[in-house]
Formats: sequence, structure tokens, C-alpha cells
Amino acid sequence: MYLQRKWKGGIILISIIILYLLFRPGVHYERIEIAGSTSVQPVAEKLAAEYMKKHPDVKINVQGGGSGLGIRTAQQGIVDIGTSSKALKPEEKDDMKEYVIGKDGIVIAVNKENPIDDLTKEQLRDIFSGKIRNWKEVGGPDAEIHVVVREEGSGTRSSFQSLVMKDAKIRPDAIVQGSTESVKQTVKQDPYAIGFVSMSHMSDDVKAIKIDGVEPSEKTVADGSYPLVVPFIFLTKGEPTGVVKDFIKWVFSPEGQNIIRSEKVVPAIANVSDDD
Amino acid sequence: MFQMTTKIGGNTMINRTREMLIEKGLFITAIFSIIVILLIVLFIFREAVPIFQDYGFLHFIFGWEWAPSEGEYGVFTMIVGSLCITFLSLAIAVPFSFLCAIFMAEIAPDSMRKILKPVIETLAAIPSVVYGFFGLIVLVPLVRTHIGGTGFGILTASLILAVMIMPTIISVSEDAIKSVPLEYKEASLALGATHWQTIINVMVPAAIPGIITSIILAMGRAIGETLAVIMVAGNVAQIPHSILDPVRALTSNIALEMGYATGLHYNALFGTAVILFIVIMILLVIANYFHYKKKIVVGGGYL
Repeated sequence: MYLQRKWKGGIILISIIILYLLFRPGVHYERIEIAGSTSVQPVAEKLAAEYMKKHPDVKINVQGGGSGLGIRTAQQGIVDIGTSSKALKPEEKDDMKEYVIGKDGIVIAVNKENPIDDLTKEQLRDIFSGKIRNWKEVGGPDAEIHVVVREEGSGTRSSFQSLVMKDAKIRPDAIVQGSTESVKQTVKQDPYAIGFVSMSHMSDDVKAIKIDGVEPSEKTVADGSYPLVVPFIFLTKGEPTGVVKDFIKWVFSPEGQNIIRSEKVVPAIANVSDDD
Repeated sequence: MFQMTTKIGGNTMINRTREMLIEKGLFITAIFSIIVILLIVLFIFREAVPIFQDYGFLHFIFGWEWAPSEGEYGVFTMIVGSLCITFLSLAIAVPFSFLCAIFMAEIAPDSMRKILKPVIETLAAIPSVVYGFFGLIVLVPLVRTHIGGTGFGILTASLILAVMIMPTIISVSEDAIKSVPLEYKEASLALGATHWQTIINVMVPAAIPGIITSIILAMGRAIGETLAVIMVAGNVAQIPHSILDPVRALTSNIALEMGYATGLHYNALFGTAVILFIVIMILLVIANYFHYKKKIVVGGGYL
């Protein structure tokens, strides 16, 4: 009997807790769903976190999935804001509102010992497709080129594919590394390696190559003279309303743009005038 | 007296309930691990079904091309990659660890064992990402400059894996050798055999099932290792022609692309997990076959 009484108390306590969890006073949140490009994701997460800090009644959920998914789900109205790191194709554009919140460059990195400083876009395409296999073909030492790429599905890889490779395939025997950091490490320790990293992750331990004579920098990316630029785009279906509109407006405010800059992405403050 | 009896009676009842509760509790905890495994397997297979239906099971296993962006999902190159890395690492690690285990169990003086044992245990406790990073920074350039290739490949991955699985083989084999009954050793020595003859002809054969177990465990770890392999294997989905060629392991494929995969690509990664599961099962069955075969050979001396 004693045992059972003890149990009864426990059961009642547990049921009370469960009932409380089920029927506790609900707090009403405004929700914003964001999904899309994995390159935009870190910036979007940072923006969301800062915005939620200022507006505790708003919940923003940021997911990845790729630019394609971002465009599709925004069109279907599944998410409030789709993100993309590719400019929209004309047939995708109808009814969609595009906001370029910032720009990132893709930097072609080689080892510091490599004498090559400058490559054209065509040479780059031939190197990554495997047509050029030796550094001496582009004026370097007589050594095989070790091509390092990112894995299939990576935002940087798909941007590189569409900006540089166009329809050519990246050579299938290129070394695949799973993160920007390991691409950099690989290039850093191999004098004959070449790889691509996003400009926001660039550091001094590898050498950035000029493309068609233009050096990658915040300035050349912002004015569009550097050819390998990735736009960070927010997409909404039609004119945004309510809290979504407020969020996008805040992103283009100096405060929002500063957060974008702190993520080492070139902010697009110039856009603010055409969007408001 | 009367009071006494009722008390004992009452206690027996409480004891019996308690006994039953403990029994059931233990049963539930034991069955829990089985349920979890079953749920995981069920989930993986359910997620993988679409790729087998749309792409074809055999096509999926024996396809040579992995290019999700073009709708090609063949994992054969990765099966080969995983097996190459696993077997080469075992080939490197087993002889070393086997001799090390003999040394530690039979020959090393106590003072030396006191140092060796914790060192080997520490080796087992190092996280795999540290091994991977070490491989990327130290081993890859070493292999590239002294042996050739890009440095990323089967050899580098196997070397790293060999170091990672050695502690498992050493400690399990050492325990196996140590638990051979002392009578065996005494009998052998009494017959005039030297220490080394005793080890090789009596101790090791008697400990073989335990040693095989250690190799099975090591094989499981080698084929399942992901992070360290991703960092040094090069991850190229191709059939290797030499041990310096980069390969992609099944585990690496899942980990590399899981972050972005949607639709059929996502199912294909679960399909990869199913294949990995099947490969491990086949290897386990083969290894267990040898385990039990050796058990019979030793006869009454099975440990």
C-alpha cells in the first residue's frame, strides 16, 4: 500500500507537469520563415538573430537547402523570404521581388610560392575542366596542376560553376574538400594547388589571383569590375507586407548593413533607394 | 510470533513486486537498444526506398558515376574506396598491433607496461578530427613530397586510420593473450619449449578468437570513420589505379553532401548509408565465420 501511495503522488505530479506543458498560456509570435542558399545562410542567421533581439515578439527561422530551393519555396509561398546566391533567370522572375542585400566575391587561391599572378577567365575554365593540366601552359613552372574544389551542392561551387565554368564540367578527378578552411589548408601546403574560396573566408596564408587583371577586393566587388561576384538575394512573392516588410527594411538600414559588413560581405546600401 | 509472520509475509510481497519491477526494468533497458537500432535501420531504409525505385538498386550499386547535379547516382567507386582504405589500414595496423600486444602481455617488464598502457589508451581517446587535421597538415605534404601524387589518397588515409585503430587491436588482443590459462604456458615451458616458442605455438593460437575479435572491432571503426578520412582521402569518386590515387569513402559521401541535398539526392545519400550497412554486415559475417572456425580448432581451450 505504501508503495502504491508513493506512486500515486508521482503519477499526479507528472500529469500536472504534462498538462501544464500542453495548455500553458500561449505566447503569440510573428513568424518569418527564411530558406535557401547555403552561402547566404550565415549572414541571414546573423541578421535574424540581431532582429529578434530588437523585436522579441518576432521569431525568424533560417534554413539552408540551396538557391534553387530558396527560389522555388518563395514562389510557392512556402517561405516568406527565399534566399539565393544566383541572379534569377527571366522565367523565374515573374511576380518575385528581388533584394540584393550584399555581394561576395569568389577568390581563386594558389600557393604563395606560385609565380602566377594573373589568369583569364578562359584559362581558369580550362584549368578546372582539365584542358590545361600543367602550370607551364599558363606561364608557370613545369609541374602538374592540382585542382581543389568544393563538394557538390556547396554554394561556392555552384556559383563558381555558373560564373566560370558555364557549361563545361569540373574535371571529375579534382580533389574534393568539404569546407573552405580545408581548401585553404590544401592550397597552403601544396605549391602546385589551385582552389576557389569565398572572399569572406580569404586570408593571408594563400595568394589571391587577379582575374583578367582585376584584383579581388571590396572595392572591385562593389563596383562590379571583378568578374566573379556572387549576389546575396532575398526574394519575396510580390510586395512584402507586415513584419516581413519591416525586416527587409531593417536589413537595408545602416544597422542591418553593418551586420552584413561584419560578416565580411560587401553590403549593397546603394540598393536601398530603389526598394523603398 | 503472529506479528512476525505477517511482517515477513508483507515483506515477501513487497520484495516480490520489487524483484519483478527490477526484472522488467532491466528487460526494458535491454530491449531499448534493440528498438533504437531497429528504428534507425527502418528510418534509413524508408528514406532510401525512392532512390532504389527511381534509379534501380543494381544501377545504384554498380554505377560508376556519381554526379547528383546530372542525375547520376552510382556508388560503386565509393564501395571500392571504402574497402581499399579499410583493408590497407588493417594491413598496416594488424602486424604492428599484434606484435605490440604480445610484447605488452608477455615480454614487457611491469615498469614499461605501466607507461605503455596509458599511452595507448590516450591514443584511443584523441578525437578523429585531430587525427584528420594532423593528417592534412603533416602527412599529406610528407606523402606528396616523398612518395608522389597530390598527397591525398588511399595511402594517406590508411596511414591515419591505421594509427587510429591500433589502440583497439592492441588492448583487445593483449587481454586475449593475458586470459590464456596459466596452465597452458606452464605445460609448454615444462615440456622444454622456450618463451618465444611458447608464445607463438601455445599462447597466440589459444588467443586467436580474441585477436580476431579485435580485428573485427578495428575494421568496424575503420570503415565507419568519416571525418579524418574526408580530410585526407581527396574524396574523388573514381576507381583508384594506385594507392596514391584519391578516393571517396561511403561515409565521406554522406557527410560531405548531407548539408545541401534535397529530393532524390537526399534519398541517394540514405541509399549510400544502406549500402554501407550492407557492406559492414557482409564483412561482419565473414569475420565471424573465421572467429567461430578458429574457436573449434582450439577445442576445449576456447576463451
